[in-house]
Amino acid sequence: MIPANFDYITVKSLDEALSLLAKHKDDAKILAGGHSLLPAMKLRLMQPKVLIDIGKIKELSYIKEEGGQIHIGAMTTHFQIETSALLQKSCPLLPETATQLGDMQVRNKGTIGGSVAHADPAADWPAAVIAVGAEIVVIGPKGERAIKADDFFVDMLTTSLQPGDLVKEVRFAAPKGKTGQAYMKVRHPASGFAVVGIAVTLTVDGGKCSASGIGVTGVSSKPYRAKSVEAALKGSALDAKSLAAAASHASDGISDAISELYATGEYRKHLAEIYTRRALETAAGRAK
Amino acid sequence: MAEKVVGKGIKRTEDPRLIQGLAHYVDDIKLPDTLHAVFVRSIYAHARIKKVDVAAAQKTPGVVAVYTGKDISQKIGPVPCGAAIPDMKQPDHRVMATDKVYWVGHPIAVVFAENKYVARDAADKIEVDYEELPVVLDEEKAADPKSPVIHEKIGSNIAYKLTAGEGDIEAALKAADKIVRQKIYHKRLAPIAMEGRGVLARYYPGEQELTLWTSTQIPHLARTQISLMLGFPENKLRLIAPEVGGGFGSKLNVYAEEAIMAYASMQLGRPVKWIEGRRENMQGTIHGRGQVGYIEIGCKKDGTITGFRYNVFADMGSYFQLLTPAIPTLTGLMLSGCYKIPAIQMNVTACFTNKMSTDAYRGAGRPEATYVIERAMDLVAAELGMDVVEVRRKNFPEPFGAENPFKVATGLFYDSGNYQGALDKALKMADYTNLRVEQKKARAAGRLIGVGVSTYVEICAMGPSPALPAGGWESATVRIEPTCKVTILTGASPHGQGQETSFSQIAADELGVTVNDCTVIHGDTAVVQYGIGTFGSRATAVGGTAVYLALQKLKAKATGMAAHMLGVDAKTVTFDDGKFTSGGKSVTIQEVALNAHLAKNLPADMEPGLSATTFFEPKNFTFPFGTHICVVEIDPETGEIQIQRYIAVDDCGKVINPLLVHGQIHGGIVQSLGQALFEEVVYDEQGQLISGSLMDYAVPKAAQVPWMELDRTETPSPVNPMGVKGVGEAGSIGATPAIVAAVVDALAHLGVRHLDMPIKPEHVWNILKKNKAGAA
Repeated sequence: MIPANFDYITVKSLDEALSLLAKHKDDAKILAGGHSLLPAMKLRLMQPKVLIDIGKIKELSYIKEEGGQIHIGAMTTHFQIETSALLQKSCPLLPETATQLGDMQVRNKGTIGGSVAHADPAADWPAAVIAVGAEIVVIGPKGERAIKADDFFVDMLTTSLQPGDLVKEVRFAAPKGKTGQAYMKVRHPASGFAVVGIAVTLTVDGGKCSASGIGVTGVSSKPYRAKSVEAALKGSALDAKSLAAAASHASDGISDAISELYATGEYRKHLAEIYTRRALETAAGRAK
Repeated sequence: MAEKVVGKGIKRTEDPRLIQGLAHYVDDIKLPDTLHAVFVRSIYAHARIKKVDVAAAQKTPGVVAVYTGKDISQKIGPVPCGAAIPDMKQPDHRVMATDKVYWVGHPIAVVFAENKYVARDAADKIEVDYEELPVVLDEEKAADPKSPVIHEKIGSNIAYKLTAGEGDIEAALKAADKIVRQKIYHKRLAPIAMEGRGVLARYYPGEQELTLWTSTQIPHLARTQISLMLGFPENKLRLIAPEVGGGFGSKLNVYAEEAIMAYASMQLGRPVKWIEGRRENMQGTIHGRGQVGYIEIGCKKDGTITGFRYNVFADMGSYFQLLTPAIPTLTGLMLSGCYKIPAIQMNVTACFTNKMSTDAYRGAGRPEATYVIERAMDLVAAELGMDVVEVRRKNFPEPFGAENPFKVATGLFYDSGNYQGALDKALKMADYTNLRVEQKKARAAGRLIGVGVSTYVEICAMGPSPALPAGGWESATVRIEPTCKVTILTGASPHGQGQETSFSQIAADELGVTVNDCTVIHGDTAVVQYGIGTFGSRATAVGGTAVYLALQKLKAKATGMAAHMLGVDAKTVTFDDGKFTSGGKSVTIQEVALNAHLAKNLPADMEPGLSATTFFEPKNFTFPFGTHICVVEIDPETGEIQIQRYIAVDDCGKVINPLLVHGQIHGGIVQSLGQALFEEVVYDEQGQLISGSLMDYAVPKAAQVPWMELDRTETPSPVNPMGVKGVGEAGSIGATPAIVAAVVDALAHLGVRHLDMPIKPEHVWNILKKNKAGAA
């Protein structure tokens, strides 16, 4: 639990962070809330030579709605999302996800930007940002670009971030119409991470499902969109039978399900189906 | 008149410093010029060491010294084992590996540097060439003559074989109408004290004084053993256990690192400190449990038990620590549970494996005993179609006490008990009859509800000296200072149990002072008279009794002094509420205290001062007992287990502080819950520890712990004058079988009779899936 030597630099602006990143390249790591990076450093699994602490950049901490888009700054803490009146009203999936994330200390310090950039395969945020169809706004040496959440997560602890990039914000279209959402999770008894985590958002029109977003975390080496579930839901009446039928596709095409001491891949896939159905039922019940 | 405080649930006097972060653990003690130590540990479970290259580490700026096993293992005596079993094979356990490594975590080298960062960087530069050897991991397969041998000099992996018990087991099993058999696992557990181990050593060459701060449960025993390891005079070695952040048995030990730090501080002429990391803690601090056994229980058709046999393979790990080989013998002592069983036999085969040593972990051998006899009673009930409560009741002894102790076929005499009383109370709290009705209804509706009952008895207050390797007595000195403040020095070494509070309660009542007038000092061998320590639920029953008896001596002297001050015969003096009274005249204990120290008005034959010391030797162990009832509901789709209710009625004899008793029961039940559902130290086929962090090893968190409905009965122990029994391990002994039984019961209609711990949801799901497939 003794990290290797590193330099620590605290920055006050995004520009400063980017220029330092450009200078130190792969030797540098961005420190956000620190709740993934620091444990890895203490175990010497990561040994960055330079830590660039962006915790003091005020311009990266916000939750706002502009022109039908919700923007969440990368340095917004889980707790801020959990308690955001705006999100509770317009996209309660995110606060509900935040309440199930880590413990009080983690929620007070950890950030959404740090979590998505770290890309732990059992983290909660990836499922939610995929479900709401978010874009991850990235800023780098060549300026800003937006990456669809579906394309952002590449593999275990690997994203499509390029050297010199940092996550600026998460943004997505505010749900419209009759919408119901839910996040359901089976917590690993040791780590508290998701054995499976299912994020659901449903839009209902004339008693039928007109659109849905289903994000799954914990099951595979990267979070994924359960496309077959979404396809099965399209136009369905959202009755118990059709929800169950749709949910049975939750782990379709997953060949690399995670197996560890607590749960094998087979069990994870089963849990994904059961909890997808339960999350769909909850979300359908909430769609008013 | 001041209210008596014994029996009152007053808050712990320890808590403010703990809650505010003001306590001093080993790592909080900072000495100037301290060197910091980091160990290099084996990454293989079994390998020959071909070469250890420390050159780069030695050259690292800030590194003061690097020791390998070859450098120091012959300069320090072997790591001690205090237990002896007839014909036991004991490997020579040196403080560091020399030619071979025996488990993942075996220390190979240690770096001392100006700070821990430099020490760790240098440790990373040490290169070890290994030649891997075949590993031995399974305690049952280890006994096979075809298995690779770990200790070549011993020639086999069998540490010892032992048969224990009384009665004719063959005849008893022959006389049975039915015999039920089951293989049962007790997986290895990691104790996970919140504070890991830590050592700080300082040597003053002028005074030739060596001081060792170490996180231990046994400061005096550790001092004796470390002085022997170092060949250093015991009376020049001061060992201090400062605040200790939990032990659970893991610090009832003497470890290599303690002696190495002491040795290094003398060699290097500077204080040295080593603070264990959590991964090190999981690799290199003792584990608990580690048995696999086969039970055979014979019964009559009416549920009467005729005999019980337990054939067990016990996993020792690769070396003995302080009590490693003794732990299975404690299992053997408690196999009768709270039942009349005419014949009992335990056959132990204790084996070496390429893993960390096992040793005492909360309960230490007794949870295994309680678990197997309680599982056996449930299996008998299932076999005979009886209710689990009735089969227990059938075999209970009548209530017993000093006049008629309960003799069991393991050789013990239980001191006192009323098993029916605790059972009845728990059944009433649970509304057991109704629970069974509800269970039936729920089952019909497709819900899986299970009820588990455990009636346990445990052995506490370790214990009579003949039964313990290093004495089973405990000491106390009580001093009344000139200002009538009371100082209690106890040889016990509480580390979270709260005896600073409960011993003060005893003294406050006996002397008519307040709890705040009393202070309890422990853990410093230069201050406190020799003592044994805190383990085996002994601190109150043995150490508290020593305090009580010292107080009686003190009161007798004070009464004589008061009589002299009053000019009356001591026989006429009564003492109550801090006042000595005779014939209308009185003198307060404060006046007596001052007089004792001014010494101007003492009886001719009386020494000045008010201090008394007692060494209390108990005549027997004590045997707390109780009934735990657990209600679970299983998710039929996923196998997930939810504890709906948890009821515990415990009887630990007379209670000094019910709040402390509840705290101990709570903590014990939580550790049982961990064992039953979550915890398991797992080594893979190569002997790699794959449950090596708290991300994988699931210690229960607050949110996973159910509400507990607690009550108690009070059957005083005749073994000591206060009638106390001990409660430190009850929860970790009584609860595990209740939780497992509840899960099994929820699946009983599917033909399930036993499940091994930890019961994971996936396993339950596999059973449900198989059943569904069978039904379809």
